[in-house]
Amino acid sequence: MRLTEKQKQYWKRNLRLTGVLLAIWFIVTFVFSYYARELNAFSFLGFPLGFYFGAQGALIVYVLIIWFYAHCMNKLDVEYDVHEKGD
Amino acid sequence: MAWQNQAVFRSRLKRFYGFYTGGFIGFLFILAILEQMGMPNRIIGYVFLLSTIALYAVIGIRSRTMDVNEYYVVGRRVPAFFNGMATGADWMSAASFIGMAGTLYSEGYDGLAYVMGWTGGYCLVALFLAPYLRKFGQFTIPDFLGARYGGNIPRTIGVFAAIICSFTYVIAQIYGVGLITSRFTGLEFQVGVFVGLAGILVCSFLGGMRAVTWTQVAQYIILIVAYMIPVVWLSVQDTGSPIPQLAYGQVLQKVTARENVLNDASTPDGAREAEVRAIYRNRQADMEARLKALEAGGPTYLAREAAEMKAKLARLKAAPVSDGNEIERLETALRDFPSDPAQARETWQKAADIARAKAAPIKAHAEPFPGLGAEKRLLQSHPGASPDEIARARAEDDRESGKKRKNFLALVLCLMVGTAALPHILIRYYTTPSVKEARQSVFWSLFFIVLLYFTAPALAVLAKFDIYTILVGSKFSELPSWVNAWAAVDKTLMSVSDLNRDGIVQLAEVTIGPDLIVLATPEIAGLPYVVSGLVAAGGLASALSTADGLLLTIANALSHDVYYKMVDPHASSTRRLAASKGLLLVVAIAAAWVTSHKPGDILFLVGSAFSLAASGFFPALVLGVFWRRANRLGAIVGMLGGLGVCMYYMFTTYPFFGVNAPKWWDIEPIAAGIFGIPVGILGVIVGSLISPAPSKEIQELVDHVRYPNLEGRPARAT
Repeated sequence: MRLTEKQKQYWKRNLRLTGVLLAIWFIVTFVFSYYARELNAFSFLGFPLGFYFGAQGALIVYVLIIWFYAHCMNKLDVEYDVHEKGD
Repeated sequence: MAWQNQAVFRSRLKRFYGFYTGGFIGFLFILAILEQMGMPNRIIGYVFLLSTIALYAVIGIRSRTMDVNEYYVVGRRVPAFFNGMATGADWMSAASFIGMAGTLYSEGYDGLAYVMGWTGGYCLVALFLAPYLRKFGQFTIPDFLGARYGGNIPRTIGVFAAIICSFTYVIAQIYGVGLITSRFTGLEFQVGVFVGLAGILVCSFLGGMRAVTWTQVAQYIILIVAYMIPVVWLSVQDTGSPIPQLAYGQVLQKVTARENVLNDASTPDGAREAEVRAIYRNRQADMEARLKALEAGGPTYLAREAAEMKAKLARLKAAPVSDGNEIERLETALRDFPSDPAQARETWQKAADIARAKAAPIKAHAEPFPGLGAEKRLLQSHPGASPDEIARARAEDDRESGKKRKNFLALVLCLMVGTAALPHILIRYYTTPSVKEARQSVFWSLFFIVLLYFTAPALAVLAKFDIYTILVGSKFSELPSWVNAWAAVDKTLMSVSDLNRDGIVQLAEVTIGPDLIVLATPEIAGLPYVVSGLVAAGGLASALSTADGLLLTIANALSHDVYYKMVDPHASSTRRLAASKGLLLVVAIAAAWVTSHKPGDILFLVGSAFSLAASGFFPALVLGVFWRRANRLGAIVGMLGGLGVCMYYMFTTYPFFGVNAPKWWDIEPIAAGIFGIPVGILGVIVGSLISPAPSKEIQELVDHVRYPNLEGRPARAT
């Protein structure tokens, strides 16, 4: 069975969303950690910022990334009529 | 119809686990009252361990099943929320529960690699794997490799990789089980291992994944309650706030201030620390001198030293007024004196390393990638050092710091990619009712995991604060009772000795094993023993739940992928389940047998499991979904190449194997995946491009996996 244009577009949009979220994941994880010493010069909620990111900030971003992805994709499924029916 | 059943099922689950949590808290209260009435600690320890294991057994037995779909994937009806909890327990092992806060205590910022690595990996699970594997909807991870790449070779490599990484990991878990059981009941370690094994088997033997899932939810509740109570209490004591995760920023500032005082020899406290450090520096120099003499003299030097000691002992004994203390000291030294050069080299090297670590200034908790402190040391010893010397010291510091940063980032990447490739986690997403719920379930998984991972760094800082301010500076005659209690249990966990004989505890005189932090927190916070028992039960729950998931993964890879898919595809479901249960038993006993020989460092075992999974599975799994052109040859080359490079690097650089080859770019063996992952990806790409594109059927499978529902195909592939 050949995919329709609409279905192909669904996959493209999924890839775009995945790419953007992955970029955020990468920046928060690797760029921020790389500059952790420099970030520590700033203070946030009483923490040095670099330390805060490793201990809490990054984790919050991770949870949000996953929540956002699930939310968007579940909506996208319905929009492109590829959602699971019957349950 | 189906969704109505599902809704009824979900509300029944909620009711059941609601009652369960309430009952558990009631049980805690009753025990607390019994303790007040004089129930001895030892009995409380037994009650906790036995009653929780009995509880898991009841859930396990009630979930017994002979249905293949139930046994492997719980009938695919685990709601996202509960699958999240089960994944949390499946995920958080003894290394997370007991080890992590201790690692953070001793490593400071650098230990956060584990916190980030073990949570950020779920982003990769959510974005790259969970929804697609759920849509594929079979039973194991090798199943996916077999179907996507065709033929038995990718499946076989998958089975091999699943077994090798799960087995390394499960050994670390059973080790944790043995440790906790033996510590809280006084049984031998080896006996503790087999008692724990019984606890593992009652959960999984009769009901497979179904029983494991429902016990894991129960175990998650116990472990999170057990982790939170002492930390919240400690936080109320130290900061007045019941939310340690927010309040410990202030405590961290105080810890940093205290570190500066202790490192500054011009303050009274700092001067005393410097005194103890000088003692260690002498000890280090002494050990290094001995090592040098040993290199030159070999066995003759050893014999001469021993003879000299014996002669001195004889002289002392013959003296008219004998010095009892000195004789005793010399006798012990003589008894512990190494008998051959290899042993001498090992003990002295170890002693020199310990002394060197103790002689160094205190590491700042919040400072990332600290250097060697060469510049600081230079300026202290030679205030008038030339700019050239200062620049050289600074360059030395920068080099060390750069090395640490590189290893930190490499370890984070390996742990993350490994998370997204460990089969025992991935199969959990086969069990949700739909793709939609699989996506939500990853969210719940990370949510429940983050609850604990948010708390561990807080606990490390709070414990550090108590030790730096209350223990350090207190008198040896008035040590807090938990110090003596734990020192009596195990010297490697806790020991203090008054080296400079001033009667006051200095930080350099305190030795703390990382595992102590979580285990002793209730006592540090002054909580009743019930809470200590609870923490032990929580640690046990974390180790049991992970071990369950891992053992089941290994047994299923053997019974489903090898026996059913390759040896006897016509086997009846009764025979398949019988095979699976039999193998579960064999694998469990094998793992316990290996563990009872205490094979090395837990953290390394766990870390290497991640590197192995990351190198072996991740490239083939992800490219299998996202790159239609990936084919069988690519998968074979990629998986073997990735695993091969990773194992080769570990083998040649990890001291345990004794090869000690030079490291590549200074990367530690635990992060071997940093070489295995790119080789794996490259292998899949090159191997695929030099061989023909996959067949039309396989390309259609890729489409099938990518879309939750394509018109004209069944909505659910179960």
